[in-house]
Amino acid sequence: MSINRRQFIKIAGISTIMGLGGTSAVDLLQRNWLEAAQYSPDPKALTAKRWAMVVDVSKLKTEDDYKNIMDACHRVHNVPELGNPKDEIKWIWKETYEHAFPGQEHEYLTEGIKHKPFLMLCNHCDNPPCVRVCPTKATFKRKDGIVMMDMHRCIGCRFCMAGCPFGARSFNWKDPRPFIKEENKEFPTRMKGVVEKCTFCYERLAKGLIPACVEASQEAAKKAGTKPGLVFGDLSDPNSEVRRILSSHFSIRRKSELGTQPSVYYIIGGNDHA
Amino acid sequence: MYNGLKIIIGLLIFVAFVTFPFYSKMGKATTKPDPKIDTPVIQELAEKKCVEPKDFMKTEHMKMLNDWRDLVVREGNLIYVASDGGKYIMSLQNTCMNCHSNKKKFCDECHNYSAVVPYCWDCHIQPKENKT
Amino acid sequence: MLETALKGSRKYWGLIFFLLAIIGVGFIFYLQQFFYGLGITGMSRDVSWGVYIGQFTFLVGVAAAAVMVVLPYYLHNYKKYGRISVLAEFLAIPSVIMCMLFIFVDMGQPLRVLNVILHPTPNSVMFFDMLVLSGYLLLNVLLGWTILGAERKGMPPPTWIKPFIYIAIAWAPSIHIVTAFLYAGLPGRHLWLSAIMAARFLASAFAAGPALIIILCLIVRKYTKFDPGREAIQALGKTITYTMILNVMFLGFEVFTAFYSTIPGHMHPFDYLYVGLDGYTKLVPMMWLSSILAISALVLLLNPNWRKNETTLAVASVAVFFSLWIDKGFGLIVGGFVPNMFERVFEYWPTIPEALITLGVWAVGFLILTILYKIATTVKEEVVYDKYGEKQIKI
Repeated sequence: MSINRRQFIKIAGISTIMGLGGTSAVDLLQRNWLEAAQYSPDPKALTAKRWAMVVDVSKLKTEDDYKNIMDACHRVHNVPELGNPKDEIKWIWKETYEHAFPGQEHEYLTEGIKHKPFLMLCNHCDNPPCVRVCPTKATFKRKDGIVMMDMHRCIGCRFCMAGCPFGARSFNWKDPRPFIKEENKEFPTRMKGVVEKCTFCYERLAKGLIPACVEASQEAAKKAGTKPGLVFGDLSDPNSEVRRILSSHFSIRRKSELGTQPSVYYIIGGNDHA
Repeated sequence: MYNGLKIIIGLLIFVAFVTFPFYSKMGKATTKPDPKIDTPVIQELAEKKCVEPKDFMKTEHMKMLNDWRDLVVREGNLIYVASDGGKYIMSLQNTCMNCHSNKKKFCDECHNYSAVVPYCWDCHIQPKENKT
Repeated sequence: MLETALKGSRKYWGLIFFLLAIIGVGFIFYLQQFFYGLGITGMSRDVSWGVYIGQFTFLVGVAAAAVMVVLPYYLHNYKKYGRISVLAEFLAIPSVIMCMLFIFVDMGQPLRVLNVILHPTPNSVMFFDMLVLSGYLLLNVLLGWTILGAERKGMPPPTWIKPFIYIAIAWAPSIHIVTAFLYAGLPGRHLWLSAIMAARFLASAFAAGPALIIILCLIVRKYTKFDPGREAIQALGKTITYTMILNVMFLGFEVFTAFYSTIPGHMHPFDYLYVGLDGYTKLVPMMWLSSILAISALVLLLNPNWRKNETTLAVASVAVFFSLWIDKGFGLIVGGFVPNMFERVFEYWPTIPEALITLGVWAVGFLILTILYKIATTVKEEVVYDKYGEKQIKI
């Protein structure tokens, strides 16, 4: 049997494709030895069924109260300061009422509320649109409710930024390294071309520490002898501090009409919580 | 043969091109990579051993790191129990590089030799080294 | 058949090298973007998609529009489209390739593109879009090549191709519906969160795509001996008349819902696009240009005498194409991001490198289109008579 050139090229081409496809399929299916190895969370780790945060803006009085909290987060997470709104990266930041809760504002709001800054961060929604749209599962929801980012997997398509109704996500438009003032050697930076956001300090929870912003707020409150503006805890535990505050105070969430079920609650004022 | 001269010249150029990496390095001495483990932290160890045996680490460290990152970031684990029962925090930046603080002489030595450019260091901060 | 692309006139090679030069320039700027990051574009934290994704969206429509020729031909046996069905399929191929390139140049980590396949995520519309686009590309390569090959040999297309033709007809709208779902399912983006989005996408696609096919038919007739046929061009003219009316109506429906309900979130993006918001008016001239082009095109198309005149039809087609290019390739995407999630306005405008990369991708598309059309017209010139025994070349 003889074959002509055309047939030869066809056969050669098909076998090349099959060969390449075959080896990569084997690579993918091959179980790694580490499957058998042992690993576990740290026994000291803080765990919950549903992490949540309460932001009590009545407890945040001065400019420093805010700066202290924002700096604590941005310092431990190596968040760069790019100095322009186009490239800006932020995990936790301030917005006024009308911008934080668009549609809720009206002309006759008290001056106190009108100019009061609210702390914005990722809402770690129960039903996160960012997770729904991500084509690679680079952003995903953990069992404890944290909406996580896997920077190793992000392809930088920015579908999550279009999907997030809270503007909580930032993209690295360029290499962030030169813009980090002081590096925290224990936490990675990011590279250009990936999306990042607040992760409720998963890396601190894993070691038994509360989120950096909450810690900063507590420390400042202790020093001043007041109550902290940020409270963090398990929403599924009726005795947790977040639940006690929510059951005794009027609270609101951002854009709750969209059904994403944010787990960051805002308290505007009122008496001191226990 | 039609266009015989052209074909032969073409073939010669092709062969010259393909074999370029070989003859361009011919006669030049290449030093074998020699990764060093003489960092202060390792020197102080009572028993100088990594999380797993040396030979295993040599061939499998990339797979291990790949699995570690999924185990930590995606599955919320932190502790690695080695085959000898030792427990380690799974972290490139904080565990591996704590001992191997000589990235240039440890990681880069082989990676450069084999022309591998892992993008770990685009995000993970490498230890400060005295430039010598 | 590929060899026919290697023999051509001086003009043909001139065009090829001109396109290659533009691709070269675009590629150099892409390298800059690759090493620096997407920061060289005008995109920002607030307007995180720009002209790249806009072009992608627009071109999915152009690709899908091949169905406007293929469907009447194969399902209704409309013989006049017999000559140009291959032209429509050969337009779909570069369009899909441009779509893929625009997605690729928009990625922050392009080297990780395979993650989409390695970690398949059925709940992501982006994942589905990748599947339907690749499928559509393969279908059109298969159909165009097989049918043209059969024509060259003077034989009817093989019967096994039939099922693929029917699949392709159903597949074409699906690529654009899925693309519309990228936008229409996002909570909080008021301009996009609309059930009529997919319908509007299809209407605009079935106007812009056939408009481009008309222009290409006229160019082909001028520069080759192949004649696509006056009736075919006229029939396409009717198609774009109806679909353009639908498109303008659908836009009107959106405007009505926003402004009769007076819900601020729904009005703001339209305000921004057509009159400006909080004093920001960067897109207003472009959007009005788009509207004026759309209305002028409709005036030309609705009058049967002007539509039957190929010169005015050509002008109308160009107007339809550019009107929709502005509307969908630019305004629709940017408008979705303005105002942002905090009801603040941040404006977007493409930078020069971004524009040149965009131009480079278009040049890739036109290069592939030129080569495919060269092959198609050469084959048709050799065959002389179309399938129905009519002469398909000019005397």
